[in-house]
Amino acid sequence: MTTTFPFEADAKEDELKAVGTDAVRIDGLDKISGAAEFVDDIDFGPGLLHAAIVESPHAFARIVSIDTTEAARAKGVVRVVTGKDFPYKFGMYMEDRYIFAQDHVRFVGEQVAGVIARSHREAVQAAKLVEVEYEVLNPILDPKQAFEEDADLIHPELADYTHVPWFFPKADTNIAHWRKIRKGDTEKAFAEADYVLEDTYFVPRYAHCAIEPHVTVSKLDQADRLTVWTASQSPHTQRHLFAQALEPLGFTHKDVRVITPYIGGGFGGKAGVSMEILGAAMATLVKGRPLKLRWTREQEFYNTYQRQGVTAELKVGVMDDGTITAVEHKLYWDAGAYVEYGANVVNAAGLSATGPYRVPNISNDSLCMYTNLPPGGPYRGFGYSEFHFGLESHMDRIAEAIGMDPVEFRRKNAIVEGDELSYGGHMNPSGMIEAIDKVADAIEWGVEEQSDNPNTVMGKGIALFWKAPAMPPNASSASFLKFNEDGSINITVSGMELGQGYLTVMAQIASEILTVPVEKIRVETPDTDRNPYEWQTVASHVTWSSGLAVEKAAVEARAKIFDVIHQVYGYEDDSLYLENEKVKCKTDPVFEKPLSDFVIDGIQTDEGTWRGGPIIASGKFMPEFTNALSDPETGQGGHPNVHYTVGATGVVVEIDKDTGRIWVRKAALAVDAGKAINPDLVKGQIVGGLVQGLATVLYEDMRFDEAGKMMNPNFTDYKIPTAFDIPDEVVPIIVEVPQPDGPFGARGVGEHTMIAAAPVIANAVYDALGVRIKSMPVTQEKVAMAYLEKSTS
Amino acid sequence: MNLELKVNGEQWVLDVAAADVLLDVLREQVGTKSPKVGCERGDCGSCTILMDGRSVRSCLVLAVEAEGHDIVTVEGISYEGMSQLQDLFISNNSFQCGFCAPGIVLSATELLELNPNPSRHDVQEALAGNLCRCTGYEPIIDAVLAAGQGQGETP
Repeated sequence: MTTTFPFEADAKEDELKAVGTDAVRIDGLDKISGAAEFVDDIDFGPGLLHAAIVESPHAFARIVSIDTTEAARAKGVVRVVTGKDFPYKFGMYMEDRYIFAQDHVRFVGEQVAGVIARSHREAVQAAKLVEVEYEVLNPILDPKQAFEEDADLIHPELADYTHVPWFFPKADTNIAHWRKIRKGDTEKAFAEADYVLEDTYFVPRYAHCAIEPHVTVSKLDQADRLTVWTASQSPHTQRHLFAQALEPLGFTHKDVRVITPYIGGGFGGKAGVSMEILGAAMATLVKGRPLKLRWTREQEFYNTYQRQGVTAELKVGVMDDGTITAVEHKLYWDAGAYVEYGANVVNAAGLSATGPYRVPNISNDSLCMYTNLPPGGPYRGFGYSEFHFGLESHMDRIAEAIGMDPVEFRRKNAIVEGDELSYGGHMNPSGMIEAIDKVADAIEWGVEEQSDNPNTVMGKGIALFWKAPAMPPNASSASFLKFNEDGSINITVSGMELGQGYLTVMAQIASEILTVPVEKIRVETPDTDRNPYEWQTVASHVTWSSGLAVEKAAVEARAKIFDVIHQVYGYEDDSLYLENEKVKCKTDPVFEKPLSDFVIDGIQTDEGTWRGGPIIASGKFMPEFTNALSDPETGQGGHPNVHYTVGATGVVVEIDKDTGRIWVRKAALAVDAGKAINPDLVKGQIVGGLVQGLATVLYEDMRFDEAGKMMNPNFTDYKIPTAFDIPDEVVPIIVEVPQPDGPFGARGVGEHTMIAAAPVIANAVYDALGVRIKSMPVTQEKVAMAYLEKSTS
Repeated sequence: MNLELKVNGEQWVLDVAAADVLLDVLREQVGTKSPKVGCERGDCGSCTILMDGRSVRSCLVLAVEAEGHDIVTVEGISYEGMSQLQDLFISNNSFQCGFCAPGIVLSATELLELNPNPSRHDVQEALAGNLCRCTGYEPIIDAVLAAGQGQGETP
């Protein structure tokens, strides 16, 4: 198929030179030579101060008193701060947090006070001297307990909180948001269905575990400008939230500057604002001094966003021929003590909780429950990884019950272009059927494998996934582009290079249009004073959204280049084209003008005067077709999602019957990238995301004690994969059904690759041993015990 | 107290406290920033350095214990251009965010020094102390295996 692109009328798929190639990453030398600078690597000189935080030991308590006298007298201490210094709220989608706790603490680890000292050691020592008296309250640690009618209220003032218009908090309850979808008539459909399966699935909390901990350095200079260097996915959103929260101190957006160099992994954990607000606020009290706050690995676990837990009650009805007729999905989210970001995870999941299927009758309830556990928030997959575990386990069980092959059942019901979505819009073009078939082929679905080892059995599993970017309807991206004397290019954008290869992909898009090689294009990490706006690097949307902004800037630059040539030589703009860094003319084959001849200095005319000058351009993109407003009781009427990315995952596992140990012998994952701008980078997302997803089902699990304290906040007790803990073989498969409004047809893939990893293991375990594990993680202990029970009963 | 240390071929005399950790001294007093602070308890390997050619976690070494030893970081092997292994890391996309990369490059450098033609299992074992959350390790293992090819027989 030949695709033409909206801004590039000349370009044909088969003529692409930079887009679609495995261009070498432009950040490679930085990162492999040791040159790459992260926030913690920047030198701030001898004036640098250090902060340490006093944390609540209780999951729910009233603060009776705070005595900072001893701490303030300790060696090296410059200042001690408490909630009284900053009685200001903040929040991304709902303002339900204070910078420091005011009268209550709501999770173990919540910030109660801060100490600023000349050295890190002195700050930590002095923080131990702050005396806080608490009146301990009974914590609520389970979302269903929080939902009970007589449950204690974690946020009695919920009704007064400011929030986005698409949230529906219920006053005098612990329900911070209730996303409802009602479509068709589920009651009738279940009554008429040939088979109905109803069950409950449980997913615990998870940690992002970026290897770089959160770190921020903040400085209020003598001229009242606040600069924050931060390891963040969201420089502009951070600036906005800092400016909003600190507005009572007189700050405006122009006074706040956020600089984000390379960051050591994000996965959603460094989106929005979490600990960074502490550094920014405290720095305002030590004018002229930079102040560093770096989280320990423990704090990284218990006081940043965590992936929310969920209890999922799922009911699905089908006809004998395998047609799904109704889905009822109730998701009780353990959203934690503050949901300023996490409530949008709940919202996103509620909109899409049917999974990638055509379902005429839908009843979804996605409930954002306050609990006394750490704040939930964004994590790669944004709610979808969580609900896909139950959903895709359920689909296998239904297929078996009605005697249908699980692959065939999914092919029959998979959502395709034009099908109606749960909120009333229509599905975008997608290659789901191709993805299913290619994954089934890759794992030789239907071919039974035998193990040579009498103690082990083989099993296969398949699971589908889909996800749309979850973002405000008007989340936008922008770019600046400028040429240099030698025809090289600098591009500034404010998306973050999280490791996915974003900077390289932006360079490839500009290269395609301007014919300047990728290695002659520099794309820098953001500084909000200099780089144009980007909402955040989340939601797998920057290749699409920021890519469109860069594409538009490149097209504008090209138009300016042609205009100079037209002014000097008289060729019509539409007769001109670019090739190998030169302007050429269709009507005059002899003419050629290298870009380096004129993109800064212009072109001299016959009269000796000059035309042109520095070629600079800008581009922006905002989706203008989205609308987050809909009927609160049915979810109908809006157009909240820009598009969905879909795909399929399959595995071949070998399981030890006695110990339950699972080896992933082969994994295949197909994702519809629309257009892979850099195929090897897409494969990087497939392999990396799949391994991160497999970790949530095979190894990882946050454990809390009865008082709400996390028991395993370190890499010894919370096990993330090492080089040994990966599949023997991963088959990455790229499907390309173009996204009509994407840059060269591209759509995002970053989060999607981990979404189906958990259910695919659960399904393979069932295939191998006939036991169904309905709670994550699917540990070897659970598998062994379930198999023992099955074989002895 | 005074500490004499050789870092990337250069001799340093530093004033350190008994409790100072080598990682912090390298980063804050020598200005060598490629060893990273990831967990401060030896779990993640992002602070890996070579001490007399052997990989160690610099967060678990007291600065005074390094007295007289020869320390090498990724900066030290990059002055004269990239090694063959480093080139393969770049061309293979064997990194994403890059935070763990300095430690992994050093662990793999040590492996190839000891075993110029390692098996996949050898590579996995050598890298098992360096956590990477982005790549799923596959492209890293591939690069190290490629660097090892043709360099000699498996011992």
